[in-house]
This record gives sequence, C-alpha cells and structure tokens, in this order.
Amino acid sequence: MNAIGVNGIEKSYGEVHALKGVSFDVPQGELFGIIGPDGAGKTTLFRILTTLILADGGTAQVVGLDVVNDYKEIRKKVGYMPGRFSLYQDLTVEENLNFFATVFNTTVQENYDLIKDIYVQIEPFKKRRAGALSGGMKQKLALCCALIHKPEVLFLDEPTTGVDPVSRKEFWDMLGRLKKQGIAIIVSTPYMDEASLCDSIALINEGLFLTIDTPAGIIDSYPETIWAVEGSRMPQILTRLREVPQVKTAFAFGDVHHVTVEPDFSPDVLSEILHKEGFPDARVEAIKPNTEDAYMLLAGK
Amino acid sequence: MLKYLLEKEIKQFIRNSLLPRLVLFMPVMMLLITPWAADLITKNVKLVVVDHDHSTFSHRFVNKATASDYFLMYGSSGSYDQAMELIEKGDADIILEIPHNFERDLMRSGIARVLISANTVNGTKGSLGSSYLSQITAGFGEELSKETGRPLVVEPRSATLKVVPNIRYNPTMDYKKFMVPAFMVMLLTLICGFLPALNIVMEKETGTIEQINVTPVGKITFILAKLIPYWIMGVIVLTLSLVIAWLVYGIVPAGSLLAIYTGFVVYVIALSGFGIVVSNYSATMQQAMFVMFFFMMIFILMSGLFTPVSSMPDWAQKITLVNPLRYFIKIMRSIFFKASTVADLWLDYTVLVGFAMLSNLWAVLSYRKTS
Repeated sequence: MNAIGVNGIEKSYGEVHALKGVSFDVPQGELFGIIGPDGAGKTTLFRILTTLILADGGTAQVVGLDVVNDYKEIRKKVGYMPGRFSLYQDLTVEENLNFFATVFNTTVQENYDLIKDIYVQIEPFKKRRAGALSGGMKQKLALCCALIHKPEVLFLDEPTTGVDPVSRKEFWDMLGRLKKQGIAIIVSTPYMDEASLCDSIALINEGLFLTIDTPAGIIDSYPETIWAVEGSRMPQILTRLREVPQVKTAFAFGDVHHVTVEPDFSPDVLSEILHKEGFPDARVEAIKPNTEDAYMLLAGK
Repeated sequence: MLKYLLEKEIKQFIRNSLLPRLVLFMPVMMLLITPWAADLITKNVKLVVVDHDHSTFSHRFVNKATASDYFLMYGSSGSYDQAMELIEKGDADIILEIPHNFERDLMRSGIARVLISANTVNGTKGSLGSSYLSQITAGFGEELSKETGRPLVVEPRSATLKVVPNIRYNPTMDYKKFMVPAFMVMLLTLICGFLPALNIVMEKETGTIEQINVTPVGKITFILAKLIPYWIMGVIVLTLSLVIAWLVYGIVPAGSLLAIYTGFVVYVIALSGFGIVVSNYSATMQQAMFVMFFFMMIFILMSGLFTPVSSMPDWAQKITLVNPLRYFIKIMRSIFFKASTVADLWLDYTVLVGFAMLSNLWAVLSYRKTS
C-alpha cells in the first residue's frame, strides 16, 4: 500500500487554476520532495491531502483512505506542519507539545522516542514561550508538535523557508532519521539544493508536475550539454552569451552563468569568442547539470 | 479532550497582557462613571423672572422656584419682551411671568395664573424645564393653602391639560437606578459579545487553526472550549457589577439574584454564540471587529437602554423583537425594580433561550474544518 496516491487532482480559486491535474504515488517510508517556486500550487496540494480543502476534480488517498470520505480517519494518522509554524505563541514550548499530544489523545511520554533527537535540542528552553523562540527553534518545536502522535505520513509545507543554513541542514538530517522509522514524509520547498536530499522529487510549476523521478534520475535524463561561464562583468557576459547563435539558453546561476549549447559546439570556441569580445578573463567549463538546471529546462518548455 | 482545550484557552487568556485587566477594569470604570453622565434629568435651567406684582407672594414664589436644583436664576426683567430677547440670544431658557395683582387675585378669588414660556430648541431641556416649573407652581399653591387654611390654586396660564405622573417603581425618579442595571447588560454584551468574536479569528490569523483542523478534535468540543471561558468571565463581571451597584449606588435588586443569574446565563450563551458566528465568517480581526461593532451599536441603541422601546416608531419596535439585548434589559430592570420573578417574565426568558439555541447551533454549523 502506498502512503499517498494522487490521481488527477485539480483545484481552482475563481479564475486561478492552482492545480491542473497532478498524479503521483508515494510509497511507505519515502521522503518525497515537491520542488517549485512560490505560487506553483504546493500549499494547495498539501491542503487537499491534509483534508483542509476539497479538490475540484480527481481522487487522492492518504494511508489508503480517501481524502473526502475518510477525512476523520486521515486526521488521526497524519502530521501536518503548515508553512507558517502554527504554534501558540503565548504557550511555552512544553505546553505547546503537551497540548498537541492531548488533542490527539496521546501523551508526550508515549511517543517520546520519536521526537527525542529533536526535542533535546529545544528542551533547555521548555519554559520559554513559543513566541520568544528563534526561527530555527520554532521549526524544531513545530516538527515535534506534528510528530507527537506518531503519524504515518508527515506533511511539511516549506519547513525550511526563513531558516538559517545550519538549521536547514540539521533539519534535513532529522528528516532522514524519521524516514528510517517508516514514516512517509512529503516535503515542499522552493530551494533546489534540497532536492538531492529526497528519495524522489516532483518538479511543480503553475499547477502541473513537470517530472517525477529520483534526484539522480532527473539529472541523468537531462538532455543538454551544459557549461558554466564565469569572469568579471557578469551581466554583460550574460547579454553577450545570449547573442551567440549556438547558445540555446543562458541563465545567471549564483556566481556563474549556466549555458546550454548546440551539441557540436565546444567550450574552447565559446571562450575564444568571449575573449575577443572584450571579456579576456572569461572561463568556460563543462559541468554536470543539477536539479535547478533540470527545472529551468522543464519549466521553459 | 474538552478539559485540555479549556486549559489552553484559559492559559492563553490569562497570559494576554490586556484582556484580564480589561475585564476587571471595564466594569469598574463603566459603572463608576457612566451612570453620572447618562442622566437625563435636566438641571440648571436658566430662569428669567418677569415680576409685575412685586408682592410678598410673588417674591416667595420666585424664591421657591430658584431654591430647587433645577433652576438657576438668570435675572429678572422689566417686561416680557425684554425677557424674550434674553431667550432669543440664548442666555436664558425659560421665562416665568407673574402678572399684576397676582397676590390680590389669589387672596380674593382663590386662583391665580402665571405664564411659563420655555425655549424648546433643546427639546428635553425646554419640556422638562416647563414641567418642573409647573410642578413648582402647583406646589406653591398647596403650600399657601396649608398656611391659610383656604383652598388656593396657582396654575400656569396656558394649562389646558394636566398630566399627573404616578411613578411607582422608582419614586424619587433617580435616573441612576434606572440606568445601572441597563449598564450591566451593556457591559456583559461588550465583554461576552466582542471577545469570542475575536477569538477564532485570532487563531485564523496566527495560522494555528490549520493545525487544529488537522487533528481529530470535534467541532462542538472546539467551539465549547472557546465559549466556556467567556461564560465564566461573564459571571465574574456580573458579580463585580452587582457589588459595585450595591456599594456605590446602594442599588440592590428587589427580586431574586437567582432570577438575575438565570437570565444572565441564557443571555451570555446566546450572545457568545453570536460572537462565534461572526468570527467564523471573518477572515481577519478587523473584519470581525467592524461587523461586531455594527451589530453592537444597533443592539444597544434599539434595546430600550437609552430610549424606551415604546417611544420608537412601529417598524422600529418590530426590529427590537429580534434583539436579545431588549429582552435581557427588560428582565434586569423588572427584577431590580419590580421584584419580578422568572414566572412573571417567562416569555422574555423563553425568547432568550430561543436565541441561545439558534446562535449556538449556527456557530457550530458555520465553523468548518474544511473549506
């Protein structure tokens, strides 16, 4: 049985077609990433799967239960961490955790093993009000609260948005450990670099899944030749690159530009062109594509 | 389950920096200050006397009129026209003209007439002022009758119709006694109406409602946990108000406290349910506030709190029928002054019970975990 099975889910808000028919399956114990920019439909999908809104079309099962007919059962079995950590700001760390345990008819002690790794990090602040915690600690507390009833599926909607890089890394390590306990985890993120940490990823754009594959699979199936270009006067280089007839696409990518080119083109020829055109320090290098390259290619189609 | 939800609500309430203080402070301030301001008895009406008689009796009459709190002697004037000018300038409010031979007519024929004319630009002041002055006039006649042992009548010249009010339940016409029970209702309305309306919408704004909605907590349990704290708070506010009314104004209900609390419980359940309904339909605190404000204004102004329902036009009276405040104010005033019992007011209680059931049913139905 799959933890999640989604078939042709559609949702519109008035004129806005937020989801245009998405289908995917998540097996038990898998860490499944939904990657896409803001407004791609990630939160809408989460809200449908956590039974908070009804889809306009399609069907979805969570732990084998239908999201429309069996929503009451689903709510006992899933954990949800919304995009904004919805903690009670005026309750302490401890009180928040106890509260969420009791609303699921359980106790903190009963499932303490599950959250122990995470909770020990915030335990020194257990008397502090949640509103006074730092972003990273709020995130950990919210995760504890979503886990305290030992859910079979965990939904994390952009859990790392607005959290510092160190906390982000720690967070993904924690997800890795939770996965080993057999919990299926669906996580959405706008950060492409987090994609490689998932078992499977779906790239979503404007309400459609562009592809669903393993991170490695997505990179392997990248059809283009890709080079990185760097040098001084980067903006001007980008403009010039786009004028080269053999260059198909050129995007700024952090410190470098990623370009895709015709198959018979060579890096040396390109760097020669750039050197002649007044960019004497431009360097061109063949690289391995990453998830973001795949996303740009798929989203551009 | 309910117990834990309640525990959370109460903790949140107590930790709020403003609310607990507001709940204590508001009744105290409101009951200490507003009854003094909401006094419809007109005092210090400026009186101009035109005394053509200059007799012992006319002097005594003028003294009697100005000795009361109601009138302030603005001055005397040689003629009615001069006095009228003062009125027109807005310096004086009311003219008392005593004719020539006032004393002689009175002693000879046993009847004398004086002229009272009031400026009714301020209607309340004008009409109340002239009616006070008429009462004083009649009182003066009675006073003289007793002294002389003869039936003497002094009356306003224009009087064609005499209305004798017979005040049974508040004989001293103390306006505060009339207003304090009504202010208690207003307080409870504000506290038990506004706060629940803000509560659910607050969870919407912080996003915690999302998390609650993905839990097995049932609608009724959730709503009940939201409401019960306000019921408790309402009992505290009511008790506090009763104590203040007793200590400060010496106003104690003539009827039973049990009848008051019974009415109160039903009323608060009705009102807080309504607050939750507003909260359920609002997306932000601002929306909830304004919607609630709109209803509160209408509820309060159309409840008979300030102006009697019976003096409203027919259609407005019909509107007050769907105003729970109207029934509770009637219940409170009746118990306070007439010692009415639940049995006497059974219809009002029943209507309130109806409101309570309706609003709470609506509150539960309109709260949706899914949208």
